[in-house]
Amino acid sequence: MSSESRFILLLRLAFVAVVLTVWELASGRLVSPFFVSSPSDIAAKLWAMIASGRLVYHASYTAVHALAGFALGAAAGMVFGMMLGRWNRLAEVLDPFLMGFYSVPKIALAPLFILWFGVGTEMKVLFVAMIVFLLVFLNTYTGVRSVSREQITILKLMQATEAQIIAKVVLPSAVTWVFTGLRLSVPYALIGAIMGEMLASNRGLGYVLAESTAQFDTGGAFAGLIAIIAMAMILNAAVRVAERKAMPWKQAETERELSF
Amino acid sequence: MMSLKKVEPAGTVARLQPAQPLIEFRDVAKHFLVDGELRPAVEDVNLGVRQGELVTLVGPSGCGKSTLLNMAAGMFGPTRGKVLYRSAEVTGFNHSVGYMTQQDHLLPWRSVRDNIALPLELRREPADRRMARTEELVRLVGLEGFERHFPSQLSGGMKKRCGLARLLAYDPETLLMDEPFGALDAQLRLGLQMELLRIVRRLGKTVLFVTHDLDEAIALADRCIVFGGRPGRITQAIDVGLPPERDLLTLRFDESYVRLTQRLWELMAPEMARAGEGAGR
Repeated sequence: MSSESRFILLLRLAFVAVVLTVWELASGRLVSPFFVSSPSDIAAKLWAMIASGRLVYHASYTAVHALAGFALGAAAGMVFGMMLGRWNRLAEVLDPFLMGFYSVPKIALAPLFILWFGVGTEMKVLFVAMIVFLLVFLNTYTGVRSVSREQITILKLMQATEAQIIAKVVLPSAVTWVFTGLRLSVPYALIGAIMGEMLASNRGLGYVLAESTAQFDTGGAFAGLIAIIAMAMILNAAVRVAERKAMPWKQAETERELSF
Repeated sequence: MMSLKKVEPAGTVARLQPAQPLIEFRDVAKHFLVDGELRPAVEDVNLGVRQGELVTLVGPSGCGKSTLLNMAAGMFGPTRGKVLYRSAEVTGFNHSVGYMTQQDHLLPWRSVRDNIALPLELRREPADRRMARTEELVRLVGLEGFERHFPSQLSGGMKKRCGLARLLAYDPETLLMDEPFGALDAQLRLGLQMELLRIVRRLGKTVLFVTHDLDEAIALADRCIVFGGRPGRITQAIDVGLPPERDLLTLRFDESYVRLTQRLWELMAPEMARAGEGAGR
C-alpha cells in the first residue's frame, strides 16, 4: 500500500471515529435515543443478533431472495437482450412496450406480485428478477446493437457464419454492457428483496427492519441496516471480481499509458 | 506491361487469361439515397486491375473511391454497369478479398495473437496449424514479443501491423485498403508503406489502395487512378512505371518519381482549390 492510500485510509478511520463519537455524545443529550439510538446500543443489538444466530438466519433469506432473483433476472435479461439485439423487427415492435414497462416504478407492481405469487420465497425472487431483468436486458440490448456494422462486415468477408459472428463478436462485445447492467442491478436486487420482505414476510433483513421499527426498537433497525450495507458491499465486490476475471483487457486499458 | 509476379500466389486458382483483369469495373455507376433523393456517388467508371498489380486511387474526399472498394468486396452492387471478379459478376460478399480501413477493427478483448488467429478460427483450422501460422505472421509484420498484448496496449503503428497480419492470415488474393495509414505520422507511415510493399510483392497480392496522400499514391503504385469531381469519375490513369520492388527511402530523389508526383499535384491542384472554396456539401 502506498503512503498516499494509507493516509486516505487513516483519514477515513478518523472520520468514522468522529461521527461515532458525536453520535454517542449527542444521543440522550441533544436528541432522544428513541429516534437515533446510539452506536453503543446498536453495537450491542448487532452483537446480540449475531450471537443468537438471528442475523445469519435472516441475512441468509435475504441473500437467497436477492441472489436467486439476480441470477434469474440477469440470465433472462441477457438472453432476451441478445435476441432482440439481433432481431430488428421484433425489437421495433416491442420497443414502446418495453420502454413503457421500464418507466413504471417497480414498487407499484409489488402488490400484484403478492397477489400472483403469494407471500413466500417465490414472490420475492420473482420480484427481484423482474427488476434485474429490465436493467440487464436494456444494457445487453444496447451492447448488442452497438457492435459496429463495419466490424461485422469485415468478419463476413472472412467467411464468418451468423453463429460465429454472435459467438466471436456480438457476445464478447456485449459483455462490457452486461456487466454495466449487473453492477447497476446489485442495489436494485437488494431493494427488491428487502421491499418484498418488508411488505410480506416473517424472515429476512427487510422483516428485521419492519419488525424493529414496529416495536420502536431503533437500535435493532440500525443493526439491520448495517447488515444490509455489508451485504451490498459484498455483492458489489463479487461483481467487480467477476468483471475483472471476465474482461482482462479492461484491466490492461486502465493500466496503460494515456494516449490522446 | 510489366511482370510483377515474382512469387505465385498461394493455392491454385482458375487460370486467368493474361489480358483478363482480375477485378473489372465496367461502366459502373452507383447512386445512393440521400435525404430521399438519389445522388450519384460514382459515374462511368471503367477500370481493370490485373493480378499482382498495385493500383492506387486518389481524388478529393467524397468522390466515391471507397464506394468502388465496397462494390469490389460485394457489400452492394452497382446501380448501373457491372463489377466483375475473375470474370464473374460480384454478387454478395466476395471472399477472395480482404479489407483494411483507417480504423483497425481489431477485437479489443483478444490479444494480438488471438486477433491474428481469428480468420483461421473462423475457418476451423486445427489448433496446431493455427498456432504455427499465427507465429509466422507475427514475425512477418514484426510484432514479436507483443503476442500477448491487447490492442489497447499497442501504439497506432503496431495496431496497423496487427491488422495487416490478420488480413494476411486468411490469405485473400486481393487486398482492398481504404486509407489504412491515414492517421499515422509521416515516419510511421513510411515504415508501414515499406513493409506493405515488401509483403505484398513477396506474396504476389493484388491491391486496390485508396489514399489522400499524393506521394503515397505514386510511391506504392504500379498504376495510379485519379478521380475528380462529384460524382466521382476517373479523370486520369498514370502508369507509374517504377520497378515493383523499390526503395521508398531513396525514391524521393528518383527523377521519374519526382516528375510523376509533380504531375499528380498539378492534376489535383484545381480540385483541391475547389474543395477549399466550396467546403461542405
